[in-house]
Order: sequence, then structure tokens, then C-alpha cells
Amino acid sequence: MSGPLTRRRTAELPEHPDFLWRKPQLKKSYDVIIIGAGGHGLATAYYLAKNFGITNVAVLEKGWLAGGNMARNTTIIRSNYLWDESAGIYEHSLKLWENLEEEVGYEMFFSQRGVMTLAHSVGDVRGKQRNFYANKVNSIDTEWLTPEEAKKVAPILNISDTIRYPIMGATYQARGGIAKHDWVAWGYAKAADDMGVDLIQGCEVTGIKVDNGKVQGVETNLGFIAANKVALAAAGHTSTLTQMAGFRVPLQSRTLQALVSELLEQVLDTVIMSGAVHVYVSQAHKGELVMGAGTDAFNSYTQRGGVHVIEHQLAAACELFPIFSRAHLLRTWGGVVDIAPDASPILGLTPVENLYINSGWGTGGFKATPGSGWVYADTIANNAPHALAKNYSLKRFTTGHLIDEHGAAGVAH
Amino acid sequence: MLSINCPWCGARDETEFHYGSQAHVAYPENPETLSDEAWAHYIFFRDNPKGWFQERWVHTAGCRRWFNVWRNTVSHQFGPSYKPFTPAPARP
Ligand SMILES: Cc1cc2nc3c(=O)[nH]c(=O)nc-3n(C[C@H](O)[C@H](O)[C@H](O)COP(=O)(O)OP(=O)(O)OC[C@H]3O[C@@H](n4cnc5c(N)ncnc54)[C@H](O)[C@@H]3O)c2cc1C
Ligand SMILES: [Zn+2]
Repeated sequence: MSGPLTRRRTAELPEHPDFLWRKPQLKKSYDVIIIGAGGHGLATAYYLAKNFGITNVAVLEKGWLAGGNMARNTTIIRSNYLWDESAGIYEHSLKLWENLEEEVGYEMFFSQRGVMTLAHSVGDVRGKQRNFYANKVNSIDTEWLTPEEAKKVAPILNISDTIRYPIMGATYQARGGIAKHDWVAWGYAKAADDMGVDLIQGCEVTGIKVDNGKVQGVETNLGFIAANKVALAAAGHTSTLTQMAGFRVPLQSRTLQALVSELLEQVLDTVIMSGAVHVYVSQAHKGELVMGAGTDAFNSYTQRGGVHVIEHQLAAACELFPIFSRAHLLRTWGGVVDIAPDASPILGLTPVENLYINSGWGTGGFKATPGSGWVYADTIANNAPHALAKNYSLKRFTTGHLIDEHGAAGVAH
Repeated sequence: MLSINCPWCGARDETEFHYGSQAHVAYPENPETLSDEAWAHYIFFRDNPKGWFQERWVHTAGCRRWFNVWRNTVSHQFGPSYKPFTPAPARP
């Protein structure tokens, strides 16, 4: 990358770079309090300041900055979802990604190396082709690849028709790719801090004060903090917070796992996903294979998943990429993901006045970080859903206007 | 992997089971008079507590029967399993 990007003190990484932002004195009240300093909370703070000049903002984080799912995801970025609503918000996000490093002034290793999604059965092919045509209609770049064409893109792919789940075709979004999740968070954090946003780590929200149907502020381990507006950005912990505010949300929290190999020579320069056999893999800049496994079947806040889920994913990976059978598994970990019944986000107003919700990104919200932050900031500033958020409101579960992205998002990223 | 106690078969590996989410969600008594909002809550809204949870599992690869169990979503510790239509034991 060229341009005026911040490459400060990179030698000190991977230390948590708290030197990038101030250690602010907590104020007694704010215009906006954002709960959760993951990618979405930080991006929201950034766009509140940048697009609306709202800087009397605190982002409260119970742990350390971006130590939740933001630190744990496999960083796949794409916008080739099925429905118009999804195309709208994910494509908006992808367009923001394409200029983000320059805009924020911080390196994020955004790499448009393409995302290939495999189909393994006749039904799977039909579903993926439906998705492919839907993307064309929405002007989202997409290609349909035969198995031979897929192998040209990724020569290590096993396209034999004698394996248990042979590759019968694939979609390919050339503009998709990956980025370095930590650096994305740090870039947004630094830029938001520069504009005056207070980033408060080690501050857990334990209560939400509501009077006459309107939010007043939050109780925390550091005391009460008043706020004109409160915005939830707590991913897997959203239900615990809405419970404090007195309403329910249709979210279930599950463990999603990922893993990495040791550093290897570069063998894969694109991203490959297979929802059918649960394989998502890319090779990071340093050389480790980064893979996503499935979600555990049951609700959990442990950030720990079952080994059999990893085993299942690795078995499929070794069949699709025989060369991987020599790789060593270095680390596995899990995050708490918030899943809605239609596998789409919930973004907008809530039954409590001046309390906003942004959740349900589940297994696939990293890619949405810029778009989600943009749309959420707009929704908070105007106290009305942004055009791209309209159909993502809580009301859709009553009207029945669901945005069913199970095929595109439920298991895949 | 969890070790789950089926009230009929005893402790078995998690992979023998399927998950059924929150227990004791009763079918609405007067469905014909239910509002859209109440339907939404019946169909889509489930509790999601951080802590003890009463949930359903089905022993798919064993006796194939449904049952309820207390489980802690923070520690994965199990409380008692109990058969359907039997009174729920107290929270552990
Ligand atoms: C293993 C794994 C792989 C994934 N892979 C991908 C992928 O390839 N592509 C993709 O697009 N997405 C992926 N995702 C999903 C993505 O990580 C999430 O959708 C996204 O990170 C959620 O938004 P966030 O970054 O704001 O969440 P988080 O980083 O989880 O931020 C929420 C924050 O809220 C804080 N918080 C919670 N409760 C409170 C409280 N009471 N008080 C104060 N703070 C609180 C938490 O500590 C946390 O830091 C993956 C997720 C996981 C777990
Ligand atoms: Zn049994």
C-alpha cells in the first residue's frame, strides 16, 4: 500500500497498541454511549464523529478493545448475498472497504483476493446459481466457475469426482477477500479517538436505566453514566443487555470456532468456502492457514467449542485440499455469535426510546463492519432507520418479512 | 464434547443428540385469537440467558426421545435431566 498510512511502532506488535488512543477520563454524561468496542461499535463511533460531527461519545468495553469476536473471526469479506436487503448493506460495506485504509489513514491489509464458494450437489448447484443470478440483478460482481475453472484459480483444490462431496461448480466474487481484523479495529479506534471519542476499556454495563420508556444512561462497574442516546453493539451479549432494558430479542448465542495452522509457504491466494462441508479457508499474509469451523449446536457464552466440530471441518478440508493433511494445527478458539432466526442482522430502533440495536450479525459480521457502522451511526444521529436498515428492524419478526440468508450466511461467512 | 444425561439411557456423547432450544414453550392456548406480535414471540423469540437454562434435547442416535435438562451456558455444567410432562426440578 502507498499513501499516508500510519505504520507506527509496528515492531511492538502484537502487543495491544493502547498507545494509539488516549486513556480518557470518564465523563458523567455523554450524547451517545456505545456498548461494546468490537468492530461495529468502533466503526459506529467513527462515523458518528466523521459524518455527523457527534463527538461527545463514549464506547464502553467490558474487556479490552476489540477482544471479542473482532479478535476471533476469519476475516472473510464479500457482498454476494441472496436478498436485495443484504446486497444493499453488504455491498455498501464492500465499497467502503475499498477505500477504507486511505480514508482512516491506517493500514488494514485489505486484500481483494477473491472469494470462491463451492457447490457439491445438484441442489447445491441450483442454490448457488440462484444466488449468482440474484447478484447479477443487483449489480454485484460474480462469476460462475466450472470445477476446472475453479482449479485454475486454486490449483491445490481436489476436483476429482470420486470424493465424498465432489466439487460441481462454484461462484466467485473477485472483489471479495480478507483484511487484518485487529488492524481494522485499531484503525477505527485511533481515528475515532483523534476526533474526540472516549474509548473506555474495562467498563462493563450492568444495567440500563429507562424512565417513561426513554433511556437515561447505563449502570457500570465504574458507576452510573448518563446518556442522551445508548447504542448496543455487543454481538453475542446483546440479549443480556436488552433484558436489562426490559425487552426480548429473537437471538440465540452460540459458539463459533476457528483455527490456524503453523506458518507455511504460500499455497492459496484466494478465499475458499464451502457451506455444505463446512470449510472456509484462506492463507494469511504471514502464511498460516486460517480456517473457520461450524457453530456448536447449543447456546453458550463460554467462547469454547467442541473438538468434534473442529474434527469435522478438518476432515472435509483434507479431502478438498489433500496438501493440507501435512499441516499442523497450531491453535483453535471460539467466539460468542448472536444468531437471529433468519440469519440476518437486527439493526434499528427498539421499544425503548433513544436506545438502538445493532446485532444478529452472527457468524458473518466482520465484512459488514464499515457498512454496519455507517448505517448505524446514521440511524442513531437521525433517530430513524437509515434506508439500508429499514427492513432489518425488530418488527420483521411480527410482519413476517424475514430476510432468510441461511443459505448465504447461516453456516458460511 | 458434552456428556449429556438422557433420562432413559444415561450419559452419552453429545454427538448422539440434537438440540431443541428452550424448554417449556407451550403451544398457544387460543391460536385463533392470537395477535401477530404474540405469534412472533411464540415462533421466533426464545430466552438466551447467560447462566442456567432449561433446554430440550433429543437422543437421535439412541432412544430417539425428547427430554429437558438444566444446563449452565457459562460453565457447560449440567443440572438434572428430566422427562417431558414431569415437573421441572428446581434450578441447580
Ligand atoms: C470464529 C469466528 C469466525 C468468524 N468469521 C467471520 C468471517 O470470516 N467473516 C465475517 O464477516 N464475520 C466473521 N465472524 C463474525 C464476526 O466476527 C462478528 O459478526 C462481528 O465481529 C461482530 O461484531 P463486533 O466486532 O462488534 O463484535 P465483538 O468484537 O464481539 O464486540 C462486542 C463487544 O461488546 C462487548 N460487550 C458485551 N457485553 C458488554 C457489556 N455488558 N458491557 C460492555 N461491553 C460489553 C464485548 O466484550 C465485545 O468486545 C466470525 C466470528 C467468529 C467467532
Ligand atoms: Zn436416550
